[in-house]
Amino acid sequence: MSPIVSWLWLVPALPLAAAAVLCFLPDRLRRFALPLAGGAMGLGFLLSCAALSEAARSPSAAGVHNFLWLEFGGSPLMLGWILDPLSAAMLAMVTFVGFWIFVFSAGYMAHDPHYVRFFCFLSLFASAMLGVVMANSLLLLFMCWEVMGLASYLLIGFWFHKPSAAAAAKKAFITTRIGDIGFLLGMVWLYGESGTLLFYDQGAGCLETSAIARMAGHAAGAGMMASTGISLLLFAGAVGKSGQIPLHVWLPDAMEGPTPVSALIHAATMVAAGVFLMARVYPIASALPPPPPVAQVASVASAPNAATPDAPAPAASHPSSLPSSSHEASVSAPTSVRSTPLPALCLRVMAWVGALTALFAALTAVAQTDIKRILAYSTVSQLGFMFLGLATGGVAVGMFHLLTHAFFKALLFLGAGSVIHGCHDEQDIRAMGGLRRWMPTTFVAYAIGMMALAGVPLFFSGFWSKDEILHAAALWSPSKWPFIIGVAAAFLTAFYMTRQMVYVYAGEYRGAGRGADGGGSMDPHESPSLMTIPLGALAACAILLSVLGTPVWPWFHAFLSGHAPRFEPSISLGVLVVMFLSVVLTAGGIGLGLSIYARAPSASLADEDPLEAWRPGLWQILRNRFYIDELYESSFIAWHAALGRFSAWLDDKVLGAAVESVRLAALGLAWAARLCDEFAVNLGFDEACDCLRQAAGRISRFHDGQAQRYLRFLALALSALAFWILWK
Amino acid sequence: MTSLQGFLVLSALLFCVGLGAVLTRRNVILALIGVELMLNAANLNFIAFARLGPHPNAMEGWMFVVFSIAVAAAEAAVGLALVIAIYRRLRTAHLDQMDSLKG
Amino acid sequence: MNGLTIILSLLVIASALGAVALRNLVHCALCLMGVFLGLAAIYLCLDAQFVGLVQILVYVGAVGILLVFAILLTRGGGAELSPFFSPSWAIGAGAAALLALIMVAAILKTDSLPAPDAGGAELPTLAQIGKRLMQEDVIVLEAMGLLLTAAAVGAIVLAMPEPPPKKEEEA
Repeated sequence: MSPIVSWLWLVPALPLAAAAVLCFLPDRLRRFALPLAGGAMGLGFLLSCAALSEAARSPSAAGVHNFLWLEFGGSPLMLGWILDPLSAAMLAMVTFVGFWIFVFSAGYMAHDPHYVRFFCFLSLFASAMLGVVMANSLLLLFMCWEVMGLASYLLIGFWFHKPSAAAAAKKAFITTRIGDIGFLLGMVWLYGESGTLLFYDQGAGCLETSAIARMAGHAAGAGMMASTGISLLLFAGAVGKSGQIPLHVWLPDAMEGPTPVSALIHAATMVAAGVFLMARVYPIASALPPPPPVAQVASVASAPNAATPDAPAPAASHPSSLPSSSHEASVSAPTSVRSTPLPALCLRVMAWVGALTALFAALTAVAQTDIKRILAYSTVSQLGFMFLGLATGGVAVGMFHLLTHAFFKALLFLGAGSVIHGCHDEQDIRAMGGLRRWMPTTFVAYAIGMMALAGVPLFFSGFWSKDEILHAAALWSPSKWPFIIGVAAAFLTAFYMTRQMVYVYAGEYRGAGRGADGGGSMDPHESPSLMTIPLGALAACAILLSVLGTPVWPWFHAFLSGHAPRFEPSISLGVLVVMFLSVVLTAGGIGLGLSIYARAPSASLADEDPLEAWRPGLWQILRNRFYIDELYESSFIAWHAALGRFSAWLDDKVLGAAVESVRLAALGLAWAARLCDEFAVNLGFDEACDCLRQAAGRISRFHDGQAQRYLRFLALALSALAFWILWK
Repeated sequence: MTSLQGFLVLSALLFCVGLGAVLTRRNVILALIGVELMLNAANLNFIAFARLGPHPNAMEGWMFVVFSIAVAAAEAAVGLALVIAIYRRLRTAHLDQMDSLKG
Repeated sequence: MNGLTIILSLLVIASALGAVALRNLVHCALCLMGVFLGLAAIYLCLDAQFVGLVQILVYVGAVGILLVFAILLTRGGGAELSPFFSPSWAIGAGAAALLALIMVAAILKTDSLPAPDAGGAELPTLAQIGKRLMQEDVIVLEAMGLLLTAAAVGAIVLAMPEPPPKKEEEA
């Protein structure tokens, strides 16, 4: 094992140490915050690059480092980290994007009084994310996952004095927690089934062949295998974290946080962690029950019960430790539809959820006016694409889109941050316009990000990754609907991004600071170089990454699946058809957007959207996000509130009454005791005291200080004494 | 009744008269007079026993009386000085108005 | 007990009663001197010349004069304010009478009182008394002198008018 594996723990440890130092850094030393946090991330990036090259050199051999954490009686609890192509690629992406976002933050947050705290949280987050990526144990992954959730909570609520930010932070935390319950249950179940939470442990890990075969063969009831149940529960966690339907509601609200946070957490990394999780546990999710022998499959129609238990199961031919790209899988699938096994149930659920989310979020994004909210819905939509790709095409397809999306979405968010910064914290796209002239650098970077997201062909990474997903969806055997939905979503993506570009950068500036002379101090301005340099770096990546995943030279797929890339100059017809379709879609979306919005650019803030004029009812539904929030408000939250009120009533009226009666009983007892004390004990005691006092008074009358009186009694006593002595 | 008994009866009566004065009269000076009477009664007892007792030539009785008279003189001097001091302080010579012994 | 001593005894008793019962203090003092003189006469009758003379010198001379001065100095506070007969008077007088009764009864009842030697032993002379005072009892005599001096000094200190500041302190 190469030394880089044993030193890999430094990658998350460095940001964690930076966070620990930053949390004690006084504000007057704020100029050290960026060098500390950014330096830790930069070092982490260099280490990750070394790890990536190591993984690229021998992609099939995963480097694993496990250690004992706890021991419960006889069962050890192991943690560990792993260096395989998946984690190496993610590590490099997270550290790279994170580093540039740190740099950008230094410019964006320069005037914030809690600058140091911000970097502390950012570093904490980065550490947790890197921990998730390189974890070789589902438990370690879960722990980092939760720290990440905490950091996300802290950062969304960074401006906690704003009630909306505090509410958004709470909403994000609680909503993701609902998914995390599924994650936790799935983890417990997995431990129960396989007896270990390590992913890879020299054949004994839970993602390795023997454990998978055992789980896939173990029926859990309701027609499901254990592996299906576990992966569905884990998928619930991923849905919460990655903002899929129905737990997507927190992600748009999370835009209340500072924009670099939106870029880092809610676009590039954390929300992608759900996708990453499913990619990591893909062997479980895709595990199929051991198929009956082929000969008997043919006779299933006539004799359903013919499969005898003692029929020798074929040696687990299906899952390899890392799934191969589904290009090959689908090509090599048997031609007979009857005998083609359906993909695992979890993958089917993932495909449907992803496709629906992609379309739903894209539709919603069309009608939003907040620049960050549009991007947030776009993120939700793209995450849906990733799940779709993961489910239909395998790990490589989903992960490639994850990586490309991380770069261009971070770029778009940072561009939005730059725009917001330049427009003096204005976020409504209707109040912008014409910024192309004011902020040319941002415009160019943003345009690259937009084209990557929209899928403009050939030179932009988003095109290749999305095209791949659509291609995989088109070949998906169970249903063609996810493909059609995906196509519609891709079309809408191009449309709403064009709409946003037109609103923000074309036409005349409609902001509040637009003075009569056109040169007021409130004019938008270009951001400082501390903010534009990250934009440039990310924009470059958004273009360059495309070379890694073209169908001609699918390096990334080969890298993830662990074999050498092949150069394939000939592209199959199916790929070409889908590619053509995707080009048409993009062109159509952009063209439609231009034709609607650019032809008559709105001149003022109050102008209604052309779509609103066309179909006001539909517009309202989209604008209000399909009333999902309201639905939750009136269903789950209302039920919860009713339950809470009922509990309060129960507490107040029933338990409270019980407590009250106990209290009254105690009070009555105390009163009785008091009366007894006052009228029995005290009276007797007082009487005795009075007697004593009176007696003492009588006695003290003899002691009145009159010496003569004393003498008289002495004399009487003397007489008595004399009498006694003399007449004894 | 022998002559010794007669003197003893005289002494006892004298003593009781003095005691009565001490116990009944409110004036401090009269109380002191009572005390002197009691002392004299005691002295008379000594003399009577010394003269009419079994050892008339023993001198202890006489000596006792001489010293007793001396002590009585000292007693009278201090007592009367006390009376004067108290009178100055309290403007009274009445015993029943001197009650500072009362607790 | 011959007739003279009986007369003297009655005189002494009468004077004593007067000394304690008269309302005028000066009369009381005079009666007291009568008691002292009567007793001195009784001493002389009992052949105790030295003691009788000392009695006259000390009691009639010194104590009596002292008493008269005290009466004069406390004049005004001497009048009896409360009635002569009172319960407390009755107790005191009763106690004294009771004691007198007991003692007289006891004396008269006793038969075994010692009798003088038949040999008619000679009485001590004045020279013997002086010798005894200066030889055997010289320490007692000196102590007595010391006592008298201390009493004299103490009486002067007690009777001295108190200095004004001290008076204020005590006030």
